[in-house]
Amino acid sequence: MSASIEDIVKQALDELAQATDLGQLDQVRVNYLGKKGLFTQQMKELGSMDPEQRRSAGQVINDAKNTFQDALETRKLALEGAELAARLASESIDVTLPGRGQDVAGLHPVTTTLRRISKIFASVGFNVVEGPEIEDDYHNFGALNIPEHHPARAMHDTFYFDAHTVLRTHTSPVQIRVMESEKPPLKVIAPGRVYRCDSDLTHTPMFHQVEGFLVDTDVSFADLKGVVFEFLRAFFEKDIQVRFRPSYFPFTEPSAEVDIECVMCDGQGCRVCSQTGWLEVMGCGMIHPEVFKSVGIDHQTYSGFAFGMGVERLAMLRYGINDLRMFFENDLKFLQQFR
Amino acid sequence: MQVSEAWLRELVNPPIDTAQLVAQLTMAGLEVDAVTPVAADFSGVVVGEVLETVQHPNADKLRVCQVNVGQEQPLQIVCGASNVRPGLKVPAALIGAVLPGDFKIKESKLRGELSFGMLCSEKELGLAATSEGLMELPIDAPVGRDIRDYLLLSDNVIELGLTPNRADCLSVVGVAREVAVLNGLTLPADDSVVIEPQHQQTLEVQVHSAEACPVYLGRLIKGIDPAAQTPLWMQERLRRSGIRSLSPVVDVTNYVLIELGQPLHAFDADKLAAPIVVRRSRPGELLALLNDQAIELDGEALVIADQQQALALAGVMGGKDSAVFGETCDIFLECAFFTPINIAGKARQFGLHTDSSHRFERGVDFNLQRRAIERATQLILEIAGGSPGPVTEVINTEALPIRSAVKLRSARIEKMLGIQRSDAQVHELFGGLGMQVVSCEDGWEITPPGFRFDIAIEEDLLEEIGRVYGYNNLPSSSLLMRSELGKAPESVLVLDRLQDCLVDRGYQQAITYSFVDEAMQNAVAPGDEFIRIRNPISSELAVMRTTLWCGLLNAALYNINRQQSRVRLFETGLRFYYEGGEIQQRKTLAGLALGNLHAEQWGEKSRKVDFFDAKADVEALLAFTATKMRFESSQHPALHPGQTARILNARGEAIGLLGMLHPTLQKQLGFDSPVFLFELDQDAILQHKVPKFTPLSKFPSVRRDMALLVAEEVSADAILGCISECGEQAIRDVSIFDIYRGQGVAAGSKSVALSLVLQDFAQTLTDTEIDAIFRRVLETLTAKLNAKLRE
Repeated sequence: MSASIEDIVKQALDELAQATDLGQLDQVRVNYLGKKGLFTQQMKELGSMDPEQRRSAGQVINDAKNTFQDALETRKLALEGAELAARLASESIDVTLPGRGQDVAGLHPVTTTLRRISKIFASVGFNVVEGPEIEDDYHNFGALNIPEHHPARAMHDTFYFDAHTVLRTHTSPVQIRVMESEKPPLKVIAPGRVYRCDSDLTHTPMFHQVEGFLVDTDVSFADLKGVVFEFLRAFFEKDIQVRFRPSYFPFTEPSAEVDIECVMCDGQGCRVCSQTGWLEVMGCGMIHPEVFKSVGIDHQTYSGFAFGMGVERLAMLRYGINDLRMFFENDLKFLQQFR
Repeated sequence: MQVSEAWLRELVNPPIDTAQLVAQLTMAGLEVDAVTPVAADFSGVVVGEVLETVQHPNADKLRVCQVNVGQEQPLQIVCGASNVRPGLKVPAALIGAVLPGDFKIKESKLRGELSFGMLCSEKELGLAATSEGLMELPIDAPVGRDIRDYLLLSDNVIELGLTPNRADCLSVVGVAREVAVLNGLTLPADDSVVIEPQHQQTLEVQVHSAEACPVYLGRLIKGIDPAAQTPLWMQERLRRSGIRSLSPVVDVTNYVLIELGQPLHAFDADKLAAPIVVRRSRPGELLALLNDQAIELDGEALVIADQQQALALAGVMGGKDSAVFGETCDIFLECAFFTPINIAGKARQFGLHTDSSHRFERGVDFNLQRRAIERATQLILEIAGGSPGPVTEVINTEALPIRSAVKLRSARIEKMLGIQRSDAQVHELFGGLGMQVVSCEDGWEITPPGFRFDIAIEEDLLEEIGRVYGYNNLPSSSLLMRSELGKAPESVLVLDRLQDCLVDRGYQQAITYSFVDEAMQNAVAPGDEFIRIRNPISSELAVMRTTLWCGLLNAALYNINRQQSRVRLFETGLRFYYEGGEIQQRKTLAGLALGNLHAEQWGEKSRKVDFFDAKADVEALLAFTATKMRFESSQHPALHPGQTARILNARGEAIGLLGMLHPTLQKQLGFDSPVFLFELDQDAILQHKVPKFTPLSKFPSVRRDMALLVAEEVSADAILGCISECGEQAIRDVSIFDIYRGQGVAAGSKSVALSLVLQDFAQTLTDTEIDAIFRRVLETLTAKLNAKLRE
């Protein structure tokens, strides 16, 4: 009988070793530990023995059972491990294949540039204001101290709808509209589309400007210089050289053009800056008393400055774009470069 | 304005080089656009005199010349130019000379004859692009003199881009005045001459429009030599000023224009029927101009006329009939001051722009006419001889521009510019600029001169100080101002957020022109009242867009034509139209999608974008408003009649459109796959309902599905609306999860599968309650939409 148990254990261990998956392993378990399993039958046979014999035989069967169960558990863990490894191996993928779904597109570089400009000025409390693009000649010219037949009007090749209605040639009318409706102190920037009847390699009939102005008591030319310097350095993220040159705009006095050190050649002289080392980037000045008069602001109490810049020009310099016309062709190959 | 540097330095010569001078001008507000040497680089060329010419023994076209170049012996030089002749003065390049292009002159043998140099043409010296024959020098040219010195070729043309306020610098004298002030120098005093009349003949002058012509001076000069030649120095100075030499009289008027800034005009006196009248033109009056253009005048233009006809468009251009020509002996010289406002716009009105109109529009010194006519007379007499008459002068003092004193406060300088100026400094600066300065209690009274039309207020004077002091030298300060807290309105969305949303959904932002082709406009939005530009840049950009679709469709086509098969674009901007005769400008957002929904990708079947893909994008935008928007089937001439939706806000106002481009239009425009378009009114979609919290139910929710059989024409919106109208409080959410047509569903009907989520705030719903709700909803659907439950 003892020998028989040993045979059974040996056979059971063999069967465990031969089981190749968890299903077969479970069958082996049932064969030995199930209701009709071999160990179970052995235990049933104990009942016919005398108590003395029963104890020692029971001990033997229990030991055998334990041996089997330990082996079963070990084998089960091994098979589970192998099965998981096989599953993981079969599920492995080429993680370098591209992901699926909708691509993300991008903003137009003019918009990106406008947003940066707005953000820089908003950080010191400038409000962003928009205005109409079809303007009356009063807001576009007259209120800005550009009377009819003034030679300065010739500098603005204007699109007309009728004698007094135009496509705004600059964003400066927004300055008038804000000052007409609000009282100083004012800190405003006005981005938007402007239009001039001019089209060649370096001009498009539509482009973008940002007008900015500040009106308060005690605003001086020094404040204008400070704001312009700080803005340009923030925009180009560089401690760039800036110079102010006297110029003329009917709506500012004194007026200045602002040049920066050429960002293409670091001021050494190149094609972009016509070998001068300088690039003209904005016009500015102290708001003209006539402009204050036309909006009913007392120019002895208040003073202010205004500036205007071409957005495409800044975008071209910032991103190294060499052809203005590309901005409005909307070629996806161009646009997609600006994420 | 082009200025010869040498001419300028003859008047004022600061000890600085060209580069410094140019930088100084630019930084003082007279921007230098370009500096160009007047001649190419060359050396070793002198004035030579041809003594004799002999036919070359071995070449028909060559001659062997003996040329005096100021050395002991004449040089033998072989020359092929047809105008070589004894007595001619020419530029002669000596052995060792280097001509433009690094061309070195060496002793050489030409067909057996020795040649010790080269006689030069203007082209060979880089003075002209082309030339015929040798350059002929004046007969008095000093033999042996270096040609660069003789012709003052070591000179530069300085091109100034002057702003319209600086008309005072449209002359060499004007620029010299600036240079003098910038360098603390003084200009030589006016060398005004007075020409004594040699006869007493005059032409009567009547000024009928005194307000437009406050000063008119005329003078008859009789018996000039029609064969006279303009001297080389004057030709050169004119050339360097960008003016072509024509004839001595015309050259002199141009010379004085460049020198002093005063335009003059010379009439052929024989062709005038006195008196000369300055008057307004008569409507319909014709005038043949010098440039062969014939213009028809209105009643506004100012003309110089005689008894028969208009002779000249005042301050702009002379007429052909009365112009001086090759045989003119007697001239009538005109030198006037026309007020800027009367000349402004006149040249442009006739498509003209002249040196004269450019100056009169901006303002000519009204004290200059006497000096200018005397100077011109002097030069004419020197060059062409003739006998001058007395000057006829018609001056209307009351019509002259007024020069009032402008107050400049010392404190204001400091406040606005941040610098202090002493009394002496103010006197020196403004005195140098030709202004009268009188000190007073808190500053100065400063009266501008006749040549400054841009000094009327204190700020103008501040600019002069800043400009001469140097803007760069003025202090700069950091922004120190009152600040207020920013605003963060929550009921208005920022457009940036919607733009970003579209970008994230694969739409690339485009920016297209606001003006479009009329044909495209009419194709996309027939019936819209568009606004036409009176002076468009081209017919393709002639009308204002009433919809952003015009530009987006064009941009899509542009890309399709460049091998793109999938295009997703959006744009934000204004659209423009008439409504009740008024111009409307509405902020709009529009999008376009065509081609595959996704870029081609592995492991996934690609499919074309459809209406509902585009609708999802629109809904994503509308979701930001947090308000209920409705889509309803609609019609639009540019869109597919069965795939067009109008978008309505909660008040039922139309705020946008969504649809498929009409297949006919799609084909006509050249698209080979369907195009989906949407357009939304920005104001409507940028409104945001500030959220208000509702408490959450603590009780579990239950989902019940329902498949309904309804007629085809019953819309999803109608079903959902009907359920909503049941007013069942426990229904939290309803959604459609399937639409089925085909086997088991009768033709003309469809099966709509809905899920209802039910939840109560006060209790857990029992099956009985749920069944009751379900039944009530179904009954309403059956009653209103004839819906049946699909078994």
